[in-house]
Amino acid sequence: MPTPYGHRPETGPPGLAPKLLAFCEELRSEGVAVGTSEILDAFAALEQVPWESRDDFREALAATIAKSQEDRRLFELLFDRWFFRTAEAEAIEREIAEGGRRHEGAERLDIDELREQIRDAIVEGDDGEMRDLARLAIAAFGRQGEGSGVVGVDVQRIRRTLGLSAGQAPADDGAAELPPIDREQLNAFERHLRRELERDLIERTSTLPPARPLAELDRALPTSPTQDLAAVHRAVSQMKRRLATLGHEQRGRRKGRTVDVRRTMRASLETGGVPLRLRHRPKRPRRPEIYVLCDVSTSVTSASVFFLSVLHALHDSFRKLRSFVFIERISEVTEIFEHERDFREIAARISSEGGVADVSGYTDYGRVWLEFLGEISEDLDPRSTVIVLGDARTNGREPHAEVFAQVAERAGRLFWLNPEPKLYWNYGDSVMAAYERYCDGAFECWTTRHLETFVNVVAGGVPAAD
Amino acid sequence: MAVTEPSSVQDVREGLEGAGYLAGESAALVAYLATRLGKPVLVEGPAGVGKTELAKALSRYLDRTLVRLQCYEGLDEAKALYEWNYRKQLLRIQAGGESGWDDVQDDIFNDEFLLERPLMQAIASAEPVVLLIDEIDKTDQEFEAMLLELLSDFQITIPELGQVAATTMPVVVLTSNNSRELTEALKRRCLYLWLDYPELEREMEIVRMHAPELPEALARRMVEVVRMVRSLDLKKPPSIAESIDWARTLLLMGAEDIDRETFEQSMSIIVKHRTDIDLVAERVGVKLADSVRPQA
Repeated sequence: MPTPYGHRPETGPPGLAPKLLAFCEELRSEGVAVGTSEILDAFAALEQVPWESRDDFREALAATIAKSQEDRRLFELLFDRWFFRTAEAEAIEREIAEGGRRHEGAERLDIDELREQIRDAIVEGDDGEMRDLARLAIAAFGRQGEGSGVVGVDVQRIRRTLGLSAGQAPADDGAAELPPIDREQLNAFERHLRRELERDLIERTSTLPPARPLAELDRALPTSPTQDLAAVHRAVSQMKRRLATLGHEQRGRRKGRTVDVRRTMRASLETGGVPLRLRHRPKRPRRPEIYVLCDVSTSVTSASVFFLSVLHALHDSFRKLRSFVFIERISEVTEIFEHERDFREIAARISSEGGVADVSGYTDYGRVWLEFLGEISEDLDPRSTVIVLGDARTNGREPHAEVFAQVAERAGRLFWLNPEPKLYWNYGDSVMAAYERYCDGAFECWTTRHLETFVNVVAGGVPAAD
Repeated sequence: MAVTEPSSVQDVREGLEGAGYLAGESAALVAYLATRLGKPVLVEGPAGVGKTELAKALSRYLDRTLVRLQCYEGLDEAKALYEWNYRKQLLRIQAGGESGWDDVQDDIFNDEFLLERPLMQAIASAEPVVLLIDEIDKTDQEFEAMLLELLSDFQITIPELGQVAATTMPVVVLTSNNSRELTEALKRRCLYLWLDYPELEREMEIVRMHAPELPEALARRMVEVVRMVRSLDLKKPPSIAESIDWARTLLLMGAEDIDRETFEQSMSIIVKHRTDIDLVAERVGVKLADSVRPQA
């Protein structure tokens, strides 16, 4: 059936079930793992809650479908969009428009009064009220003929004219001091504005803009350096647990256990002198000894904060850990990490007194190996693990791969984490290949995800997907 | 004793409140779904937002016994599921004397010689229970796999006895501090609930519920400060339990307002790391001095 409205959005068969399935399909396309069992659960859950309440409906769906915080975030984004779009599509379909009634009462409104009301509603955090006021505000601006046609621009323009900004408002001309506006609440109001503007637009044109997949920016969890730090700590503590339990349990459980005769005899008394249960001498778990060398030169500036946070996390988890930073020469910073708990403080102290403030500021890997070997070669044994964090860019100096080979030989295991993508390895002055063959493993590593991959591999688990 | 059976989300919320737990929108809903659908609930969230408490409150509200399994690294089947009481079996063999091997064999592998551990207890109980599997993320993945049979079918297979299926449907609550990613298989079988720090108003209600003598203005001020502290980048942000402790401390101190002095004296209740204390004193302490002095 042709419609006078041009492109008609696909609505599919009527009823909730197909809509819900389509919604799940969209979730899947954004990478949320929604299995059939989850969908069945969702239907079962929906039978138990009243549908009139949007919150209950949404929570019931979320509890059965979104199984992690990240999934939940995507779910929220898509839920709003999906049901908004579906409702609008339905409205176009049935040719329902609010038309003239839409902004009733806008003429009578005074801007200052509106401003006051909006401010109150935002502070109160009343959702319905904010929505109504958002519509009034749009109407008021429509009257002034200030619409730019671009939703994002209009939202900001309206917000500015209303004099809304987060934080304490400047008290003007002796008026009573206004309560500060919470950033969250202001965002909520902006969302309403945006939503209503979009609705207007859809109504005017009678078409839905095409659905776009969520941008990477929307998908990513909001991050800050400190949150990254937390993620690094999580990955490392996982590594610790894996190294501590998995490794030994399977390697040395049965093999090499010695029977403790005295304890076996004592235990046998319970069973009438029959040594029913063998008692073994407890096996002392070996302490992993870890040496970490971290490049802090300018070529890895962007990565070195990340590396330092990895170091920081390692120090939190392992007690037998010695860490070194290097540029042209090497310098042990174990003490700094042990005595200082605050990450920023550590970063500052390393840059000021790390002893690596070299003349040229260029990395000299060859010299670093020589010094490392000279300083602690006696301490290295097959039980120790060496981890190098660096980009293997020697600035054209002698790489001394043979010295590196000696280090690798003395240490039990040697891993290299490179902050550059594998693509750039061995280009320019990178001599990764020379070192890589002596490593038990070389990994690219510039996000916590890479770090987790590394942890999985080191711990003998399966490598993480992609 | 009649077993409570909630009939709406509102019921659950009021019931939990009666049990001393102010549930948020989603918590009440998921708890309700759990009782109706018979699915386990996986609760995740930062430490100290009341994950474990939710299970306890549920058991009080539903009038069911709480069976708790505290997870830790290296927890195994013998401690979680069941174990054969081999000493008793041994006695039986010795006491049996002349009876044939077959008799004995049939005899020693029955309920009498089974030591029930929490999971088994929850399944075998005649009364419906609330099963709390606390801090599931502390165990290893192998243990999670073992739980799958229990969580989806509410049954346990014992090689010598066959399957033991639950006669009554337990409400299962699993909690996790998110210290490691749980397996897909486990998540698939659960309802998911993310608990976060509560809104200002709700936290105030919680605090006043546990410390009713605290005047409202002070409670509000206190919760505001706690939220301020939480917004800093701390090693261990204060939990709800610590807000409650602090409220009680303020009562004991007879404080009328939180000024800088009171704050510094009682700060150690909510902040528990040396570096955190410095940071909080530096950031929050200063703000307090500013805003309080004019009134004082």
